[in-house]
Order: sequence, then structure tokens, then C-alpha cells
Amino acid sequence: MIKGLKKLFLNTGEMSHFAGRYFKEVIFSPYEFQELLKQCYFIGNKSFTLVATTGFIMGIVITLQTRPTLVEFGAASWIPSMVGIAIVREIGPVITALICAGKIGSGIGAELASMKVTEQIDAMEVSGTNPFKYLVITRVTATTLMVPTLVIISDIISLGGSALVESLKGGVTFQLYFSRVFEYLNFGDLLPSVIKSFFFGFAIGIVGCYKGYTSTKGTEGVGRTANQAVVVSSMLVFIIDFIAVLVSDIFYEL
Amino acid sequence: MPPTIDYSAPPIIQIKNLFKSFGSNQVLTGFNLSLWQGENTAVMGKSGSGKSVLIKCIIGLVNIDQGSLHVLGHNLPDLTQKQLDVLRCDIGFQFQGSALYDSMTVRENLEFPLRRHPEKLGEDYNPDRLVKEALEDVGLLYAKDMMPSELSGGMRKRIALARTLILRPKIILYDEPTSGLDPITGKEICLLINEIQKRYNTASIIITHDLACARITSNRMVILHEGKNYTEDTFDRLAVNDDPPVKAFFT
Repeated sequence: MIKGLKKLFLNTGEMSHFAGRYFKEVIFSPYEFQELLKQCYFIGNKSFTLVATTGFIMGIVITLQTRPTLVEFGAASWIPSMVGIAIVREIGPVITALICAGKIGSGIGAELASMKVTEQIDAMEVSGTNPFKYLVITRVTATTLMVPTLVIISDIISLGGSALVESLKGGVTFQLYFSRVFEYLNFGDLLPSVIKSFFFGFAIGIVGCYKGYTSTKGTEGVGRTANQAVVVSSMLVFIIDFIAVLVSDIFYEL
Repeated sequence: MPPTIDYSAPPIIQIKNLFKSFGSNQVLTGFNLSLWQGENTAVMGKSGSGKSVLIKCIIGLVNIDQGSLHVLGHNLPDLTQKQLDVLRCDIGFQFQGSALYDSMTVRENLEFPLRRHPEKLGEDYNPDRLVKEALEDVGLLYAKDMMPSELSGGMRKRIALARTLILRPKIILYDEPTSGLDPITGKEICLLINEIQKRYNTASIIITHDLACARITSNRMVILHEGKNYTEDTFDRLAVNDDPPVKAFFT
């Protein structure tokens, strides 16, 4: 028990140090713009289909599930606003972040770990290129920028899915549906959710890179790293979400 | 024609009383070595005796605990990261597993070290020509647009060597250059090492288990035993040495 706690604190400390190094090195040149763009393409574009599909299904499912209850209470007109707020505030960012943790976090973890095992990271270092800048800074920056973008896309597609159900089942036009959504959705719902998405992206990137960059134990370590990257970053997504909700709650109270 | 080595000149690598341990595991315990321009030195030792750690110390991948380590006139522990990066352009490192970047083509692999050091090549900076030259040196020009996964073990070693050569290093450190290769390909790699030594007058430290490789490539051999430079001499003289720790390598 004490040993486990010690390990947890040690890991947290090392990961914080790693994140600190990111902030220290991200400011100074040389910048690896080309690699950053490449990573943005891989992380953003290659996750698009997955995020869009799950977003669309979530929109449909939530609407279908809540519809009977609300109709029973004669509150069918509340469906767009309720689903809209649920998706934008919570479901969109968290589900997208979890999918990204699974797809991107594990990918980064496994890639860097196998590079470490096959001495490719050392090879970069001996060729006079800072591997931290080339591998870590680019990947973490790419996830920090791409996850919020994916969240926004996912939100829009989810609402599209929900509108589709409403138009088929309730005869509501798309125009009416979205005007009802935006009637109740205000800036205070949108901003915190986008801000927390940046943190989700950063957490996913930094955990994947940290686990990969510090991986040991050869090829066996590669699988373990990918696994740990997903577990830790998913957990961090929930912790960040919890903190974000508490903080935005304070601002709402004000 | 073996290259002439001027032993009266100051050595380009001088290691004195080097200590390195990992936890309680003492790996190097007072190791000494000098290497002169144009010289190939083979270092032999048992597995786990610290041979790879030694060359990783020389390139600054592993920090030393104690002792002095002068490379091309610089004391390695005193250098800042930036100075170390500049010095590393003059030192090539051939990894045991080749360490080619899987996600890049052969050409991109070779261009990678050039990205951050265009100044080193001055007005001569022309990546296409340099890539072509380096690939010609190892006889693999046709593999320019292949991915590392399409290459055989011997080809990977050659491409890794080409990647090392592209910055025209003064020193090359080889970590088991023939491991995992059949004897014929292994011999080809050894001859290539000699060819490079002659063409560019590079100094090399060759870590190896392979007697044939040591015989072909080395001007001098060092036996690493119990963390120290146990003895050193030419291959032929060590081969007839009766001292048990030395004899063990040749029987």
C-alpha cells in the first residue's frame, strides 16, 4: 500500500517534471513546424471518422432515449435545448477526449516506446537533433490543438444526429431544431467546454509521450506503455473534467 | 595499404580512469583508452562487460561518474548541451540494431542529421548530392526511396553507416557492426569499415564479439575485462597470448 502510494507520487512528480520541460522547451527555437503539421494531420484527420461516427451515434441515441420520457411530460419542445446543453457541455468533450485517449494516446505511447526500444531516440540525440523537441513538443502541441477541434466537430455532428431524429420522429425542421438549441445555449456553456478540451488534449499528449519516452523493458514494455497511456490519460480526462466543472460552477455562481 | 597512423600526435580520444556504475552494478572501474586519428581500435569483452556503455559515454548518451573523457580536445563532462550537439557532428555512432527511423524513407533518414547542421557543411550544403554520395559509399544508391522495413539486415547496417557518414565525422563508434549478420555479409561490412577508414581517415572504436571482424578491421585491440582495459595489442599478437582472460576470447 505504502509502496503503491510512493510509486504514484513518484510517477506524478516525474510526469509533472516532464510537462514542465515541455513548457520550457516549447518557447525556444528551433521549431519543428513541418513535423507539427504532420502530427496535426495524423492526429486530427485520422481521428476524424471515428470521432464523427461516435458523435453522430451519441446524438441519435441520447435523443431517442430521452424522447419518450419528455413526451410523456408534454415537454417534447425541450428536447433540442436539453440535448444541446448536454452534448456541448459534457458529452461531446468527454466522449471525444476518451476516444482520443484510446486512439491517439495509445498510438503515441506505442510509437515512442518502440522508438526507444530500437534506439531511434538515441540515434536522434547523437545526430545532434533534440528528440524532445522533434518528438514530444510536436505531438503534445498537436494533440492540444487538435482535440478541441475534434470536440467542436463532434458537437456539431452530434447535434446533427439529434436533429435528424427529431425531424423524423417529431416532424421538427432542422431550422427550428437549431434555433431552439441556440436559444438556450449561451456563451457560458460553450467557452468552458472548449477550454477544458485544450486541457484534455494536453493531458492525452503529455501522458502518451511521457509513457513512451520513459518506457523500459524492451518490446514487452511497448504493449504495457500503450495500455498505461490509455488508462492514465482516460483517468486524467475525468479528473480534469471534474475540476473544470467545479471551476466553471464558481463562475456561474458569480 | 593500411593507413599510416601518427602515434606521436595527441590522441583525439583520451579516456583516463573512467568509472561508471548503474546502482550497485559497477560497470567501468578505471578504464583508460587513447585513440589516434585514422586508427581502428577494436574493443572486445564479455557480454555485459560495459563495452556499449563505454561508447555511449564517449558520445554523451550516458554520463560518467568519475574520470576524464577528452574527445577532440573537449572534456565531455564540461560541455553544455549545445556544445555537445556541435561536437556530436564530428562523431558518428553506429547502433547495434541500426536504429533507422521506421517512419521515414532511406533518403529522409539520411537527410535527418543534416536538418540541424547545415552550417557544418558550409557552402557545400546540398542535401541531394550528399545523400547520393553517402549511398554510393555504401553501394546502395538504388535503395534511396525504400522504407527501412523493406531492407535486409545487412542493408540496414549499410544505410545506418551512410547516415553516419553524411556529416563526415572524424570519429565513428561502431556497436557490434556484424551482429545478426551471416559471415559473408559480416565480412562485407568489415571491409566497408576499412574502406571508410582509408577514404576519410576516420578514427573508429569497434565494439565486437566477432573475431573475424576484429581481425579484419582493427589496427589495435583492447580487451575490456572486469571494467578495466585489461590489455591491448595488435590482433595477431593477442591471438598468441597465453594469459587466460585473453586466451578465452580466441579459443
